[in-house]
Amino acid sequence: MSGAPNTPAREAPRTAAANETYRLPPRLFDARCAACWVVAGIIALTVASFWTLDLQWAKFLSADAARKMGKFLGELLSPSVDPAFLKKLTVASLETIAMSALGTLLAAIGGLLLALPASRTHGEDKARWRAITRLILNGLRSIPELVWAALLIIAAGLGPFAGTLALALHTTGVLGRLFAEAVENAPPGPAYALRVQGVPAGRIFLYSTLPQIFPQLLSYTLYRWENNIRAAAVLGVVGGGGLGQMLAFHMGLFHMNETSSILIAMILLVALVDILSYLSRRILQR
Amino acid sequence: MNSSATVLSPRLRDPAWLKRVFWTCVALVLIAPALVVTEFKPWTLFEPESLKITTRFLGDFFPPNIEGEFLLMVAREAWRTVAIATAGMALALLIAIPLTLMSTSALSISALPGRMHAMPFVIRQAIRWLLIVLRSVPELVWALVFVRVVGLGPSAGVLAIALTYGGMLGKVYGEILESDESHATNSLLRNGSGRLQAFLYGLLPQSSAELTSYTVYRWECAIRSSAVLGFVGAGGLGQQMDNSMKMFRGDEVATMLIVFMLLVGLADYVSERLRRVLA
Repeated sequence: MSGAPNTPAREAPRTAAANETYRLPPRLFDARCAACWVVAGIIALTVASFWTLDLQWAKFLSADAARKMGKFLGELLSPSVDPAFLKKLTVASLETIAMSALGTLLAAIGGLLLALPASRTHGEDKARWRAITRLILNGLRSIPELVWAALLIIAAGLGPFAGTLALALHTTGVLGRLFAEAVENAPPGPAYALRVQGVPAGRIFLYSTLPQIFPQLLSYTLYRWENNIRAAAVLGVVGGGGLGQMLAFHMGLFHMNETSSILIAMILLVALVDILSYLSRRILQR
Repeated sequence: MNSSATVLSPRLRDPAWLKRVFWTCVALVLIAPALVVTEFKPWTLFEPESLKITTRFLGDFFPPNIEGEFLLMVAREAWRTVAIATAGMALALLIAIPLTLMSTSALSISALPGRMHAMPFVIRQAIRWLLIVLRSVPELVWALVFVRVVGLGPSAGVLAIALTYGGMLGKVYGEILESDESHATNSLLRNGSGRLQAFLYGLLPQSSAELTSYTVYRWECAIRSSAVLGFVGAGGLGQQMDNSMKMFRGDEVATMLIVFMLLVGLADYVSERLRRVLA
């Protein structure tokens, strides 16, 4: 990273020098190389970060913390297998999946509706709403699901509804932008053919653009669904329903056996999603 | 649909009609239970009781709080958010780099002539599983665990990011190294160089651009998640935002949301520029 480009060996008169200059390694820091400055900046940032954060290493590395951690891990090793609790756990897992599915569906619909004003479909399209819609999409996207959930709990109350809406809002921002790009990058031929015939804009979209980009929209949506299952599992920590809410509840009351089961369920859910997505990609690529 | 004799006008004729209706019905049947499970009741948003709280809270958003003292606090917390992410990434690299070097099969000497020996294979697989476990526990859950052990504050956030991102970086580094051209590395290993030498002179020069670009991208993600980690008490902007939300201080929440968006935008910009410089 910190290397000036090697100077090529010039055809210099071959005198017997102890160190031929071109064989010397490049200097470690060269004021002219941008990468050197960047690396120096990164090192400075890292040092400043450790310096200003009052990280209690002493506390963390103390025997007390080690004992606490050991006890914690020990308790985690005996998950609760009480049938009544496992039933609750299954319900919460299903709730997590339902939240993610519904949130993604709402987001796909909302994203498509916002993607239309956010895209310039052809040269003469004035696209008056493009800038403002893109601003809205960016705003929706840059606030994470968890912050949305914390905000929505005020309006929608604790529970999976707030979590679903939070997923839907954040994902609308993400999908809207991806969809708008898909609409703009669709092959223009069929749309042009319809437009010169005087077909109105809405029908041009339905009969030429949408059929062409539909597989792409579907793959974006499925990809976001995969992400949202992972996000939905933890949304509950702030009160957005699903597995996370159970986790926050039982961990808060130090029910370690239940906590352990919930953590295992969470990891299994995420692993399952990973495996399914990997397999489906393998099958689709074949 | 079964009007084979009367020809419909082209406007109404749609060969895929039946298929569309079928898939719509399937989707509705699948969604109906989801609506019940998630307690999807949009009308509750518009009940007078909750509407009053919401409008008051949102009304407080404007004007955002711009008192000097509060802004100073927000700036300090924003820096702490960046610092947590950066420190977490530094520790994540400390975890990821050795584990990658130990687990990548591109540096296996016994695999040169044919199949890898049993022992190295088992060790590599074990490390890979360790990375998968580290990565598949969400950082928020790690943070919850560490808040229990080390108490509220940035330490929990740094450790949570270090573990999750260590797992992610380790896995992706391994994939990058294994997908690269192996000729140079293999030649070095065959001629008797050590694994570390083969890595530094064969693998690293080829893939350094890809590795740095991914690392910078992950740093950007770490800033986003460190802001969120505050909601479980791991310090930074999230923790202050959580406090203000609990006190229904709309004006403070508005300021912090704006600062948060600016921070994410800045990280986005810096990471794009960095990737261009380092590539």
